[in-house]
Amino acid sequence: MIDFELEPQVLNQLKMYHMVSEQMMRPISRECDEHEHQKPTQFYESMWSASAAASNIQIGDDKSKKPDPSKPSAPRRANLLTVLSTEELCWGDAGLYLSTPNSGLGGAAVMAAGTPEQKERFLKRFKEGKPKWGAMAITEPGFGSDSSAVTTTATRDGDNWVIDGTKIFVTAGQMSAEKSEGFVVVWATVDKSAGRAGIKPFVVEHNTPGMTVTRVENKLGIRASDTAMIVLDNCRIPLDHILGSAEVRKEGGFKDVMATFDATRPIVAAMALGVGRAALDFVRDFLKQQNVAIRYGMSPRRLSAVERDFMEMEVQLQAARLLTWRAAWMLDTGKRNSLEASMAKAKAGLAVTAITQKAVELLGPLGYSRKILLEKWMRDAKINDIFEGTQQINMIIIARRILNYSSKELN
Amino acid sequence: MIDFELSEEQQMIRDSVGAFARDEIRPAARPADESGAIPAPLVAKAWQFGFVSGAVPEKFGGGGDTRPAVTGAIVAEELGFGDLSIAIHVLAPRLFAFPIVEMGTDDQRAKYLKRFTGADFAAATAAVMEPRFDFDLSALQVSARRDGGGFVLNGAKCYVPLAAEADSMLVYAATDAAKGFAGVDGFIVPRGAAGVTISEREKNMGLKALATYELTLKDCRVGADARVGGDKGIDFSRLMSQSRVALAAMGVGVMNAAFEYARDYAKERKAFGVPIATKQAIAFMLADMAIEIDAARLLVWEAAFKLDKGGDALKESYLAKNYVAQSALKVTDNGVQVLGGHGYIREHPVEMWLRNARGFSAIDGIATV
Repeated sequence: MIDFELEPQVLNQLKMYHMVSEQMMRPISRECDEHEHQKPTQFYESMWSASAAASNIQIGDDKSKKPDPSKPSAPRRANLLTVLSTEELCWGDAGLYLSTPNSGLGGAAVMAAGTPEQKERFLKRFKEGKPKWGAMAITEPGFGSDSSAVTTTATRDGDNWVIDGTKIFVTAGQMSAEKSEGFVVVWATVDKSAGRAGIKPFVVEHNTPGMTVTRVENKLGIRASDTAMIVLDNCRIPLDHILGSAEVRKEGGFKDVMATFDATRPIVAAMALGVGRAALDFVRDFLKQQNVAIRYGMSPRRLSAVERDFMEMEVQLQAARLLTWRAAWMLDTGKRNSLEASMAKAKAGLAVTAITQKAVELLGPLGYSRKILLEKWMRDAKINDIFEGTQQINMIIIARRILNYSSKELN
Repeated sequence: MIDFELSEEQQMIRDSVGAFARDEIRPAARPADESGAIPAPLVAKAWQFGFVSGAVPEKFGGGGDTRPAVTGAIVAEELGFGDLSIAIHVLAPRLFAFPIVEMGTDDQRAKYLKRFTGADFAAATAAVMEPRFDFDLSALQVSARRDGGGFVLNGAKCYVPLAAEADSMLVYAATDAAKGFAGVDGFIVPRGAAGVTISEREKNMGLKALATYELTLKDCRVGADARVGGDKGIDFSRLMSQSRVALAAMGVGVMNAAFEYARDYAKERKAFGVPIATKQAIAFMLADMAIEIDAARLLVWEAAFKLDKGGDALKESYLAKNYVAQSALKVTDNGVQVLGGHGYIREHPVEMWLRNARGFSAIDGIATV
């Protein structure tokens, strides 16, 4: 039954996340932006202990949990709760959100492709001990969107896989590979001649010999988050670190990449929502102080340009939000959501890029100043239209689905 | 708790109204647009769905449905998918009946609702819009002045659907112009009442199959019992939110019609030896249309859901309707563009959908859920 209402319990949870945003993120937001590679260790510690209390957050479609038919099960909603909390935290600071110690995209890949035993083995560390990070490495210097063009290789050698190649744009790569007891999920091909089917995910533990962080990028926004280049040179890992099966099947490995995206794209969309709402809330409060009323219900032809701009920002954000909720809800209810996840991501990325740019414009010289955070949010917002599939890649995915075309027919 | 699934009943309604729209309304849409006339048998057939009578209380011979706005939005979208003119025509009697169902006095219900429970289409309508560029629902210029026991109405209305054949109409007028929405009342005015002049049929860019009229009210006197809801009056804001949800839902239907047609065409039509849909320039337009349709539909459902929760959903319905007014224009324009020169020819329906979609920025209050 159609329902758009969040129950009080969820709203209370979101209030907690909002407090984290307000009290732990916003106060250091500007400083972390200005000092790009400086690590807010106190923030990490606090977030780590806070997340231990709420460690039930789970990304992706956990197929290992079979419902018990004898019990009326509560509907699964982990993905919905994740997008809700993500929006709330990115309202605080998207860069800090990305740098928060947790299993991150590496965890998402383990959830999407790992066996139950692997999930337990690789993920339990995120519930204990010191702060840890997980990362995922797909992109290489030679490709971005064309994630089937992986050239990093994984070669079987006795009881090991040997990984060779270079990965770039690894979010939290440095923290996962070198600065904590985390891991990096590296996508590599076990059989180049098999094309997409030969691409498999491998868990490479922190400080494994042969894995080196060679560079940490300087970026337009989300500067609190480290984006690393990782070189794998004769990097040996145990055999059982391949996620899922080593068997090369048609569509096998690449399907797991795509399944990971189905789960992470709504989250990136939710990140965009958080930044967009931060900008919208700021503009709303600012206009209120200036006694500029937003008059809903009146003929658009009688509104001021500022009112029209503001309403456009507001409704675009809400449209993106509803698409995002739907994509997450589908994942929770076991529905295939590739189309809807891409719709949410494409819409949210574009909408929030426009919303934050408009917010800077509306405030004129104040908006452009680094005294307030609007200009930072505009820079932070832009990444959501790029990572986890650019706007254009998502449009291709959507187009293929609605036209019922294969990747050969539409590329 | 967030849920995007229609109930089984809603799915059934969507499927049956959708099939009617696709199989019966759509083939009639182009001839109706060209001739300006909607076939009476089609209207009669639509009447059998009980779009109006279903919501009349059982006491007055109707179906007694609670008519949730979400379901209403689903119906409106499907009918709009068939044809916007025909959708507004067949639902026009609601404009008169539903405010009386929801906000009328018992006497008004007893007197006026029975006519909608028969087997034949009962034309009725409401006069909301006014012929001014800055027309605003919250600042109506048609006035109702108290005079003795009754009211005297003055001013001009436009875009009144079916005015020439409706037995009665609901005229919205400001009893207290300073109060905005709260200062508006609805008055039951019989056709042929003294002081009411119905113009020639209006000629518009789109909605050409829908008969609409201007109305001039010159010292039109009505009794106190003509005021909907009696002394309590009406909740005009809520009524207009219901209207915006309905119109926005119809807009989603029009968008979907243009999208499906352009998509199928793009897969058939070849250029340079391949279907044009395999070109990114076309494929991305179609993808964008698909996103906008889903986004708009969710905004409409959310506004409808808010209405069902009992609020007036003023903001949600307003934003949803304005969103649709923009995106329907963009989507139907893309529809024409995908067909290229063929899109401009009246043999294909996309130009008609573009003309109809342009209307959403102009019309308000001429449909309801």
